Amino acid sequence: MTLYRNLSIRQKQIVWAWAFLALPVLFYSVIRFYPTGNAILISFQDWNLLGDRTWAGFDNYAKLMADPVFWKVFQNTFVYLLLGTPVSLVISFVIAYHLDKLRFMHGFLRMLYFLPFMTSAVAMAWVWRWFYQPVPIGLFNNFLASVGIPQVNFLNSTTNALPSILAPAVWAGLGFQIIIFMAGLRAIPKSYYEAAKIDGVSTWTVLWEITLPLLKPTIVFLVVFSSIGFLRIFDHVFNMTSQNPGGPLNSTKPLVLMIYQTAFNSFDMGYAAAQTVVLFLVLLVVSLLQLRLLRDR
Amino acid sequence: MAVVEEIRPTTDALLKSAPPRRPANLGQFLRWLLLFLGGIAMVMPIAFMISTSLKWPHEVYNLRLIPEEPHLENYTYVLEDGRFYWWFLNSLLIATITTISNVLFDSLVGYTLCKFRFPGRYIIFIAILSTLMIPTEMLVIPWYLMSQQFGWLDSYWGIMFPGLMTAFGTFLMKQFFETVPDDFIEAARIDGLNELQIWWTVAMPLVKPALAALAIFVFLGNWTAFIWPLIVTNSVEMYTLPVGLSSFGDEADVAWELIMTGAAISTIPTLVVFLIFQRFIIRGVVMAGLKG
Repeated sequence: MTLYRNLSIRQKQIVWAWAFLALPVLFYSVIRFYPTGNAILISFQDWNLLGDRTWAGFDNYAKLMADPVFWKVFQNTFVYLLLGTPVSLVISFVIAYHLDKLRFMHGFLRMLYFLPFMTSAVAMAWVWRWFYQPVPIGLFNNFLASVGIPQVNFLNSTTNALPSILAPAVWAGLGFQIIIFMAGLRAIPKSYYEAAKIDGVSTWTVLWEITLPLLKPTIVFLVVFSSIGFLRIFDHVFNMTSQNPGGPLNSTKPLVLMIYQTAFNSFDMGYAAAQTVVLFLVLLVVSLLQLRLLRDR
Repeated sequence: MAVVEEIRPTTDALLKSAPPRRPANLGQFLRWLLLFLGGIAMVMPIAFMISTSLKWPHEVYNLRLIPEEPHLENYTYVLEDGRFYWWFLNSLLIATITTISNVLFDSLVGYTLCKFRFPGRYIIFIAILSTLMIPTEMLVIPWYLMSQQFGWLDSYWGIMFPGLMTAFGTFLMKQFFETVPDDFIEAARIDGLNELQIWWTVAMPLVKPALAALAIFVFLGNWTAFIWPLIVTNSVEMYTLPVGLSSFGDEADVAWELIMTGAAISTIPTLVVFLIFQRFIIRGVVMAGLKG
């Protein structure tokens, strides 16, 4: 205690700072950094959890490059991204743009759009899975039947299944994107709009020349944020195709599901770790690319 | 909100000054109608989930939203089975403890990085920031091996440990502590409070809205978390609601109305909380989204 008292104010601060950080530093080292390194290490090993860990060099990566399932999965992952991000951003922007111009029951409407964001992905995956069932069970097909439109095969078709699974993921994320877009819209100074009004500029030009350019930081944030979400899609796919995860014929399987199956169904830890490294690189490259492209324009 | 009120009059003035007044109003009405119908469509999946959970088996597959004779038998059946009861308590416990841990530690670290000057500060800052780039999915294999080694598999601690602190929360809190004036902290030091007391009694009350936003995000995230609890739990009693619901739905011959009941049990609590604290939560989400 006397030792502490003799310290200068600055030195006391250092002692306090490290006392506060001791446990968190331990946490981040053991639960974040060590596992990251470990995942990379395991990706260079051959290990089925029971037997010995043997050094495999780049074998896992070579196997991945030669695996047709991986390329199918890789393609699916990007289809989720390339469909999900633009579709969800366009819908949420249109809704936010118009909702922002409304006053009557504004709060109520905003609540309706936001509500799905508060749901659990697993629960909603099961609800939508029920909707998609063939007659006489599924709601969508029952509805189609009642108005005389032919049945749609949602989840058992290699072409329809992926968009069908994507739909609830887009739906659940819209509320968040709408709220963020509206916050962005409100941050635009009204003087810009007044100036445009004096100049007699059309609504369309105002949208393209003022609103969208000034909304760029919001757009960049939402593009990166939702892209990461779609690249990591798992809960919806797993729960909507659980008799045959990622099916039919791997047509809906994303990278995270392949990782899960390789690690925890086949226990091929080295191979799964190599897939996680690929996922990490994909996320990194896509985020950096988006930031670069969107910021420069 | 103040900003909203400022923008409004301009929009209205703009509409009124337009020469043909009627089309403008008609346009506003159409806009409202379309957004209203869209909003109703948005909540339909939730409405059908709840409505089906109140239906008898014979009416599950018709398109009526309002059950002919609503009843709670499905809930009684599902809860009497016992498993959902357990899963609900597990999820509640895990989400609550993780939320408390994040609120305490993320704010403590955020505060320290914001208000203290000490050697190593920048490195710690960058190190924690860099963990935002690492996807959870990359860590689940090492976490699993670690849990296996230390006997954490199939335990509450095993489910919780990866989420006890988050870099996202730390940065959110750091941003908000920037708004706490250094003078307040200096004054408290002169009054003889120690640093722990200053953090807890002076700084923390000033960032309450941010703490609430963080708590909402962490709670919701852990309540709905799926992949890690799926990996780390084995026994049915240890499942969380999402894992339990997933396994329940996969059982042979489970009726859809019972699955909808299970889905409703795992969704209704967060919906109720949202409806009560609506304005507050939306503000929190915007804060967390824009600052975090």
